[in-house]
Amino acid sequence: MRRRIPLIITFIIGVVLVTGYFVTRGPFNTLYESFSDYFAIITVFAFILGGGSLLKIHLKRVSNRSTDWPYSLVTLAGFAITLVIGLFKVGNPAGMGGEILAGGSWLRFVFDGVYNPLSATMFSLLAFFVASASYRAFRARTKEATILLSAAMVILLGRTPVGAWLTAWMPESLGFLELPNLANWIMAWPNTAGQRAIMIGIALGVIATSLRIILGIERNYLGRGE
Amino acid sequence: MRIPESILQIDRRIIFLLIGAAVCIPLLLKPRFQDSPTPIVQSIFDTVERLPAGSRVFLSFDYGPDTAPELDPMAKALVRHAMTRDHEVSFFTLFPEGVGQIKKITDNLLPVEFPEKTYGRDFVNLGYKAGLGGAINTMVVNFRTLVNADAEGTPLDNLPITADVDEMVDYAIILSLTAGDPGLKEWIQFAGDIAGIPVMGGGTAVVAPELYPYYPQQLIGLMGGLKGASEYESALVDRYPAYRNATMEATMRMGPQVVTHVLIVLLVLLGNLAYFLGRSSRSSQAGRAGRAGRAGQADQADRRH
Repeated sequence: MRRRIPLIITFIIGVVLVTGYFVTRGPFNTLYESFSDYFAIITVFAFILGGGSLLKIHLKRVSNRSTDWPYSLVTLAGFAITLVIGLFKVGNPAGMGGEILAGGSWLRFVFDGVYNPLSATMFSLLAFFVASASYRAFRARTKEATILLSAAMVILLGRTPVGAWLTAWMPESLGFLELPNLANWIMAWPNTAGQRAIMIGIALGVIATSLRIILGIERNYLGRGE
Repeated sequence: MRIPESILQIDRRIIFLLIGAAVCIPLLLKPRFQDSPTPIVQSIFDTVERLPAGSRVFLSFDYGPDTAPELDPMAKALVRHAMTRDHEVSFFTLFPEGVGQIKKITDNLLPVEFPEKTYGRDFVNLGYKAGLGGAINTMVVNFRTLVNADAEGTPLDNLPITADVDEMVDYAIILSLTAGDPGLKEWIQFAGDIAGIPVMGGGTAVVAPELYPYYPQQLIGLMGGLKGASEYESALVDRYPAYRNATMEATMRMGPQVVTHVLIVLLVLLGNLAYFLGRSSRSSQAGRAGRAGRAGQADQADRRH
């Protein structure tokens, strides 16, 4: 029974949502709209689940003194501080009725002074690692790797004004060989073809998996055991 | 150690230093690289330009501070353009961090460059809504269910800009600046395709290739990375010369990007050159060793006989 009821709920909701998408009148449409509203409400509760999960994992690591447990302590402190000053709108000039990130509020200070620079720093580090990794690993060892390398070079140069400058001397009849044009061609044709193939493949996979879930063939989402 | 091997085993800290210099020096010298808009960017500009004054524009900031250096210039260029054309802009975000990105525009850009524009009449902050792509679906199905007040809690009916907005289709266009999921792809799938609202926007250089398949039928235009933002800025300056003296962030940031791209290309070429030189010298050494080995075996065989 513990498995049968979720399967029935999944089947009914799945059929209603699929039918409601195509049938835009009558009870199916009304139910489709209602389920969309329920979805918006339910997703908000995912934050509670996420916060609870974060607390559980990191509290366990701290209590067990696992490897790098002090980092977990920092995570927990950051979570608690941000949560408290955000929920109670500490320092918000308009009090509890004010906008969440109002100027002068503590949360705004944390966002602008801590979160903003930390996120930007972490993302910026990518440039250094990408440069180092490309230098060491980007080799024209095979035909496929050579094609990939050539395309990358064209895109890297073609996406900057240097690309235009390097090939500006070309006669108009060979304009398609100018680096920016080549870069645009790679993005518009081979890239689009590859992306479409991937997207269609994913879409077919999603349809197949959804049907399996709706029909109760795929039951992994229910968890293990009865 | 032979030269090719020493080149291949160069300390990565030297590469880090080179990249650091490639970013910092152009930032200090501020070289300007003028771009011209490609058709995929120009079509966004033309759409915003052709909309009648007072059109409702929905601008979704689907990114956080990590990708802000690429996407903030797009946001500023789009807001400048929309405000210059007297459009009514509704700011929104599907990212919790996007609220801070919107505040940068409403608190810093608009009061300075467009002091005559007022909150609630010319622009509004609809804030963040949870639910990823599902939130867009809910907004298309029943806009007021999800969005019934602005970010400060003021009911939409009390704001002149949103008093008549009952459905998503009341917006003339949807613009999304995207750093991943949810973003432009979801706006196309759940709003553009279903409600028939024109969708366009920008994405980071990493995200942009995934969005090309939607252009030009489902996606009117796309700004890809800093280059796309720089192209939009140049289109704006060409059409409105008053912006010639304004700080165009993408155009300024193209300097570090150009030098870094060229440096990475040079590093990759150098790495490959060293690799092939090392490989040819290793194979010639192996050939010599092989020949010497075979000659030695022949000598021993002669002596035995």
